[in-house]
Amino acid sequence: MSELRETKGEKFFNIIEKNAVSILFLIICAVGIAFSGYSLGYLGQEIITRVARNSFLIISLLIPIMAGMGLNFGMTLGAMAGQIGLIFISDWGIAGIPGMVLAMIISTPISALLGWLCGKILNMAKGREMVTSYIIGFFINGIYQLIVLYGMGPVIPIKDPALVLPRGYGIRNTVNLIGIRRALDDVLAIRVFGLSIPLMTFIVIALLCLFMVWFKKSKLGQDMRAVGQDMEVARAAGIRVEHTRIVSIVISTILAGYGMIIYLQNMGTLNTYNSHMQIGMFSIAALLVGGASVNRASIGNVFLGVTLFHLMFIVSPMAGKNLIGQAQLGEFFRVFVSYGVITLALVLYEIRKRRSRTRAGRLLAQDQLDAIKEEQ
Amino acid sequence: MTKIRKFMKSFGWPRIIIGLFLLSLFIIAPFVGVNLGTSLSDTLIRFGMNSVLVLAMVPMIHSGCGLNFGLPLGIIAGLLGGTLSIQFGFTGGLSFLMAIILATPFGLLFGWGYGSLLNRVKGGEMMIATYVGFSSVAFMCMMWLILPYNHPTMIWGYAGSGLRTTISTEGFYLHTLNNFLQIQIGEKLIIPTGMILFFALMAFLVWAFLHTKTGTAMTAVGSNPVFARASGINIDRTRTLSVMMSTWLGAIGILVYQQSFGFIQLYMGPFYMALPAVSAILIGGASVNKASITNVVIGTLFFQGILTMTPSVMNSIIHTDMSEVIRIVVSNGMILYALTRKSEVSR
Repeated sequence: MSELRETKGEKFFNIIEKNAVSILFLIICAVGIAFSGYSLGYLGQEIITRVARNSFLIISLLIPIMAGMGLNFGMTLGAMAGQIGLIFISDWGIAGIPGMVLAMIISTPISALLGWLCGKILNMAKGREMVTSYIIGFFINGIYQLIVLYGMGPVIPIKDPALVLPRGYGIRNTVNLIGIRRALDDVLAIRVFGLSIPLMTFIVIALLCLFMVWFKKSKLGQDMRAVGQDMEVARAAGIRVEHTRIVSIVISTILAGYGMIIYLQNMGTLNTYNSHMQIGMFSIAALLVGGASVNRASIGNVFLGVTLFHLMFIVSPMAGKNLIGQAQLGEFFRVFVSYGVITLALVLYEIRKRRSRTRAGRLLAQDQLDAIKEEQ
Repeated sequence: MTKIRKFMKSFGWPRIIIGLFLLSLFIIAPFVGVNLGTSLSDTLIRFGMNSVLVLAMVPMIHSGCGLNFGLPLGIIAGLLGGTLSIQFGFTGGLSFLMAIILATPFGLLFGWGYGSLLNRVKGGEMMIATYVGFSSVAFMCMMWLILPYNHPTMIWGYAGSGLRTTISTEGFYLHTLNNFLQIQIGEKLIIPTGMILFFALMAFLVWAFLHTKTGTAMTAVGSNPVFARASGINIDRTRTLSVMMSTWLGAIGILVYQQSFGFIQLYMGPFYMALPAVSAILIGGASVNKASITNVVIGTLFFQGILTMTPSVMNSIIHTDMSEVIRIVVSNGMILYALTRKSEVSR
């Protein structure tokens, strides 16, 4: 009697399915690299730059996943707070590392406030956190526009005419972050095999990773995992569920704000009204590509994801051009893949959630059968 | 007094605020030099343009599939119908009819696939619907480039292939419905009777359907799936049917929109079209699992009224166009309000 036990084939199938998104992406990247004709050196340099640029942002997504709140589409809130910080330091003309640190200090209270608000709202919408946080992103974007497009100038003083629109108030569509361009990247840039590596940025990211590892083991981290497993059980165990959930979103938002500042110091220009909206989608897609799911994500997923996702991003226009003769097609392709990946990962997660229930039941039945047999 | 309070409660304070806001806009309008006739007819035209798209929310909400954030999928079916109708050389009013006929199989097919997908992800429909919409738009971006269209008004002149970003419907189905039985009162006030009649027809069809046996079953599935299953209703089939209806209505909705707007917007055009429709029906008093035709009418009138009135009135008062920001805050705030209501969460 072992019909109920898992066969090897099923186990293998499970592993494949768990990593379906990553495997699919590996294939896309392999084909893309072959057809793009880029040299390995060029690709390596691009990947290093992009890993340094994006990792911090993506790591900020991990804590809400730990607390069972799914993918935090509300990370755009943090990004907006970071951008507000950057606008202020550009106006005050503070450059270099001090400027970045000051921007981070300015962004912290804004992020914390927005994160607290977001957490409060998400507590009212348990079970549909993702779609709610997604809409919160849009909602706060409206308020961000109100402040930046209309408030900055008449209400919040901005002196630098290079920042302000010609009509006299509101921030320009693109802000040149000349003062802090590559401020962090160039502190300790070393060259290895002809590739320039922004070591300082990587050190900052490594510190954040250490923090994450420590955090997972701390009291708060354990509480979050308990809440993520089962809210009712956690509440019975004396954990303040609502409070813990809010804290997880607040931390995530603050980290996203810092991540956005690191991202923009590398880019060097700020698209005042667009940067933050795209960043949420790209970060989430990258995390999912790395094999994370709605309820399970690790630091390894972040780095695998950011590498694979950006590899696809770099090669697809060129591959599209060489393959079909239209670079535009490759560009549409990568947009499609970014959205398709999120869709696929969400669908797989929901299907797996339903299937794992039946599977767990079946395995339990087999265990009990075995136990009965042994008794006999 | 209790009656008023009861009415207030059933109507909901956000709707009352929005209603009062709109009313005050209409009252202020003449004093700041905005023509009331123009505003009214603009509101009516926008109502006609968008109402069928908002109506596309109703079947899915009824069957418990939540808000149809996947509306872009239906819109794509409509775009295929419209472009094919032009491609096959139909002109004038006939092209509109043909567009509807050609869009129908796509709408039903997409709806069937989309519905089957949503049946596998019960409980997480809304987020997945959003991303189904996004990825289908992105997928069609590629398709518009490589599908073998060759009607000269639609393709890029220099490349000789690939559809343009915007295609004019002039000479095809521009204003087919707008001009049908159009009533002009005075100089400025125009009532697009045809478009409103068309919406009334569609709304009547949906209303009538919801009162048939299948329609009642749909409502039962939405309000209490366990009870529905106990009474022998095939839940998955009913849900798929509702999604097919929503998708088809989305296809028709975008055709109505285009015939008034004057352009077919391809590529990233349909990307954010779901959000205004979703918030319109919510402003009308619908919730995540309850919606009626009245909600559609009130919601679209309110939402489009605000969209029409704020730019002109605001511009005249403070010489700044803040309408875009107001639109974002109002529409997304409304969706948030609906998503966070306690009674709806424990479904």
